[in-house]
Amino acid sequence: MRTLAAFACGLLFGIGLLVSQMSNPAKVIGFLDLAGEWDPSLALVMAGAVGVFALLYRLALRRQTPLMDARFLVPEKTRVDARLVGGAAIFGIGWGLAGFCPGPAIVSSGFGDPRVWIFVAAVAAGILVFERGLRRPA
Amino acid sequence: MTIVNFTPVSALIGGALIGLAAAGLWWLLGRIAGVSNILGGIVRGGGEDSAWRWAFLGGLLAAGAGARLLAPELVHFQLDAGYAQVILAGALVGLGTQLGSGCTSGHGVCGVSRLSARSLIATAVFMATGIAAVFVTRHLLG
Repeated sequence: MRTLAAFACGLLFGIGLLVSQMSNPAKVIGFLDLAGEWDPSLALVMAGAVGVFALLYRLALRRQTPLMDARFLVPEKTRVDARLVGGAAIFGIGWGLAGFCPGPAIVSSGFGDPRVWIFVAAVAAGILVFERGLRRPA
Repeated sequence: MTIVNFTPVSALIGGALIGLAAAGLWWLLGRIAGVSNILGGIVRGGGEDSAWRWAFLGGLLAAGAGARLLAPELVHFQLDAGYAQVILAGALVGLGTQLGSGCTSGHGVCGVSRLSARSLIATAVFMATGIAAVFVTRHLLG
């Protein structure tokens, strides 16, 4: 049941990316390209997502546990450090280079363009490089 | 600055659906819908969390593949990058999201909603470097 629930959430998340056209790299680039002709759409996608999630996130915390699991898991790190800022900076450069972040890339893997599959493989390779060389011992 | 291709209605509706999906994962499983963290967990492998992570990614892929087959009017796709650029971009996205513990979904949507200081800063930083990368590739080199 948990697996089915996660699939349904992923499907809805993907539909949201399709409807908002965030699965189109040119649309993302259009937002990031302030010096050219500007497409503000991405800001409204964020506003819509944050508005809905912020409300429902807080409502859920009135409960002791989620509906299908033992506890709510929030990220434990609270410190702003060089890894956070450096990692976000590196991610942003990659995001701007192609117009892809991870979610939209997986959605548009279903569109059939082999460059998207190569992008996802490169993401996996980047993750492996982190795992092998940069992960801080727990 | 000229504003072009602005689609406010579909952006807000699509964004609300994304927020609803993230809220679903939170209400049902108590997990944050951060796609790069979900990917990281899969690449690391193992653990009882593998099944839901694969299922969530499967849902994302099913949305794209399903749209292509059943609702082609939802498929908008234009990628102005060759293989070399796509490989470099992907590697930076993979490395950067793990080092910085998140991407547009985990930090940009979920973390900003939770008013996490780390996520607010990460989002400002990746927006800034994304804008800079586009400026360099489109206007200085392009």
